[in-house]
Amino acid sequence: MLTAVAIAVDGLGFAAWLFLSSVGLTLIYGVMRILNIAHGGFYALGAYTAAWAVGLYTQTGSTIALTYLIIPLAALVAGVVSGLLVERGILRFMYGRDEVLMVLVTYAIFLILEDVTKLIWGTDSYVSYQPAYWLGTIDVFGLPYTVYKFLIIAVAIAVGAALYVTLNHTRVGKLLLVVIEDREVSKALGINVTLFFTVTFVIGATLGALGGALTAPEISVVPGIGAEIIVMAFAVIVIGGMGSIGGAMLGALIVGFSRAAFVHLYPPAELFSIYLVMAAVLAVKPYGLFALAESRKI
Amino acid sequence: MTKSFDKTEWGLMVALPVLICLIFVLPAWVVNYVQVSLGTGLVALGVTIQMRAGLVSFGQGLFFCVGGYSAGLAGKFLGISDVFLLLVLGLVSGILISFVLGFLLRRYREIFFAMLSLAVSMILFGLLSSTEELGSTDGFNLPQATYFGWAPEGDTGKTMLYAVTCVVTVIWAIALNRILRSPLGYINEAIRENELRVEYLGTSARQAVHVTYVIAAAVSATGGVLWAMALGHVDPEMTNWTTSGQFVFVSILAGTGNIVAPLIGTFILEIVRVYAVEVSPNTWQMILGTLMLLTIVFLPKGLWSLMNTAKKKTGTVPAAEAVAGE
Amino acid sequence: MTTILETKNLERTFGAVVAAKDINIRIDAGEVLGVIGSNGAGKTTFVNMVTGYLPPSSGEILYRGAPITGKPTREIMRLGICRSFQIPQLFPEMGVLDNMLIALTIAKQQKPVLFRPAIDRVVEDEAIALLTRFRIERYAHQEIQTLPQGVRKLVDIAMATVSDPALLFLDEPTSGVSADEKMDFMRVLIDALKSTDTAVLFIEHDMEIVEEFSPRCVAFYEGTILADGPTGDVLKDAKVREFVIGSEFHRKPDESVETATGKGAA
Repeated sequence: MLTAVAIAVDGLGFAAWLFLSSVGLTLIYGVMRILNIAHGGFYALGAYTAAWAVGLYTQTGSTIALTYLIIPLAALVAGVVSGLLVERGILRFMYGRDEVLMVLVTYAIFLILEDVTKLIWGTDSYVSYQPAYWLGTIDVFGLPYTVYKFLIIAVAIAVGAALYVTLNHTRVGKLLLVVIEDREVSKALGINVTLFFTVTFVIGATLGALGGALTAPEISVVPGIGAEIIVMAFAVIVIGGMGSIGGAMLGALIVGFSRAAFVHLYPPAELFSIYLVMAAVLAVKPYGLFALAESRKI
Repeated sequence: MTKSFDKTEWGLMVALPVLICLIFVLPAWVVNYVQVSLGTGLVALGVTIQMRAGLVSFGQGLFFCVGGYSAGLAGKFLGISDVFLLLVLGLVSGILISFVLGFLLRRYREIFFAMLSLAVSMILFGLLSSTEELGSTDGFNLPQATYFGWAPEGDTGKTMLYAVTCVVTVIWAIALNRILRSPLGYINEAIRENELRVEYLGTSARQAVHVTYVIAAAVSATGGVLWAMALGHVDPEMTNWTTSGQFVFVSILAGTGNIVAPLIGTFILEIVRVYAVEVSPNTWQMILGTLMLLTIVFLPKGLWSLMNTAKKKTGTVPAAEAVAGE
Repeated sequence: MTTILETKNLERTFGAVVAAKDINIRIDAGEVLGVIGSNGAGKTTFVNMVTGYLPPSSGEILYRGAPITGKPTREIMRLGICRSFQIPQLFPEMGVLDNMLIALTIAKQQKPVLFRPAIDRVVEDEAIALLTRFRIERYAHQEIQTLPQGVRKLVDIAMATVSDPALLFLDEPTSGVSADEKMDFMRVLIDALKSTDTAVLFIEHDMEIVEEFSPRCVAFYEGTILADGPTGDVLKDAKVREFVIGSEFHRKPDESVETATGKGAA
């Protein structure tokens, strides 16, 4: 029973973290057809910025409450600045190129971002645990969990809902669907496709940074976290079907719960449980659960 | 035509004794880098031949690691230290694993192939990192190499291992060069350009991709064995995707035009890395990334295409042939 | 005459949409057969089903009396059925000769063979001979991307003939060829194919071309066969005139305007 509760809560916690860390990736792929490896870089930038800012702030001895504002602000700054630089500085010259080539391009950008974080923050680890513990813990059927964990779950739900409403129930969302359907026609209709791409990319980058920033209080931020997250994020979005927000949510839930199950039932397999799940899903649905239908070629 | 060797193959055969003699001329540390980069160069070759079919493997480190760990495990648990036996073991493991995985991966192209090969390699990474018996993330050491019962020590041992590395690399390079000119090589190019037409010409694209995947795995596993023997050590980093990324980098930089290019590319990269890490340890990846972007933008067919352009300009190749001859 | 292809009650649905229904066609060895019908009538769906690209939802396909229903494309090609495409399916970053060389190499290859160099003098001569038969040998050293649409179409068709098929489907061979060059284009094509005894089924929107080149004609309408018989009779059929030719008449002047030419045919 305790194990079941632990799997349920941990699973939900993992899922929320995975969703926040991967939704930007699927958003950018869905709109721009770019599988953005640099997403890992944005995640790391977000984590470092948040950990560093929270660290600076807590040194002043002021109330911890404000850190809950500092974390999203850090993510916003990191995501917007780096996202804009990458999109305006590099990617916009490459639109329309082959998808594989864009993977290589964003991989190169990822490498550069990795060193940028090292140059700014060095190779030491950053710890900013205060926000995670200040809210205390609550008991779920006798198991203590940090309130912060539930905060992350709430943020994940909020982000998912916001994206869903924007895409499906606003004018901008409908225009975006047109852009996704056919770039050329959208241009002809007078839609500013370039602006849509820039904004989408910056939002995607910011979401990646937010994933990192929110995680920062729970981990020690070290070089290499970006390389880890990109693989996991890919697994999550490919399970759901790349480019689908709902798919990312479903993928995050599936991966989150199965990883939690492995952690509590068979710990040695935890590190690669994600890929086992992914392989199992792909064996049945080669392009994920919510894969888009392919159009007729001949 | 069938029996003759082409220019690349002759070049490789002539280069072999020269390469081996380097050990008597160059300082030991340079030879060491040559040896190490021949090992990783073979993995880059594995990436390159898949790239000819339009497939970018972001997980070639998997087979690099399979080769290295096969040799390591055989040494650690079975007490085998014979280089030739270890090479065969690594090769067989690479072929077996890739044959099975091939049934999954041959269904995919483009970004899916790239990312799934990456994911598959990370399974092994997770597995090895959490196996304490194998030293987890620290890995473990390999025994000193022997040759049919002969166990040379010191400099003789080093020379022997280096020579074996050179010979095996050249054999692989010639074999792969042949494969690129064989029907399979042409089928792969056709798959890159238009897979639908390949099926309508009566050939299974998936089967060709599967065979290519296994060949790439075999050459990469060989590289893994040689590399592990050279360093005397293996660890899970071998199959981390960032390692695989470097092999992709070399293939992009060198281009798919010639089989020798990735080998040379690997060596140059190794040397640059040594200096870069010394001068400024936190900018190495930045240099890699920038070089890669520049290559993609300005030299989409890799550095090797510079050689071809030079040839065309000097007019040694008749125009028609240059167009037809690829 | 021996029947080489026979379809029985072939049907294909996409969800609720019926793309083809009750398709019963017999094709004799060596005959030339024109297929007409407006866009979406099921012509390409029929070709896709017979060539294994789309498995039929129900029905049977017999080739030389043996069932081939549901077989993969590559196996059907090996048996001697080939096709060309409405949009040429070529290797766009290579030259014309390289396209033919690779096509010949692959077509002659049952399994991927290693180590043996694929291309030699013999294959090259063969490739040139094929290009010559379709009168496009002078484009041999041009890149596909630089070719006019008409020549691309011919390369596409030439590639479909590399394995000497007994039955060849041509999916709108003259689309993209300008109106006044269509006749000459088809003449080159049919002459080239006549020399090989291949049965040819071509999809065509231009009734003059159908009348000129195919003794027999099949009219498709909304996924079914409206008429099948000697071309003269089919084109006079009241229903065909109303549903097929009538709608053809209202079609736009032809997509040919956009492309320069089929110079290769001249």
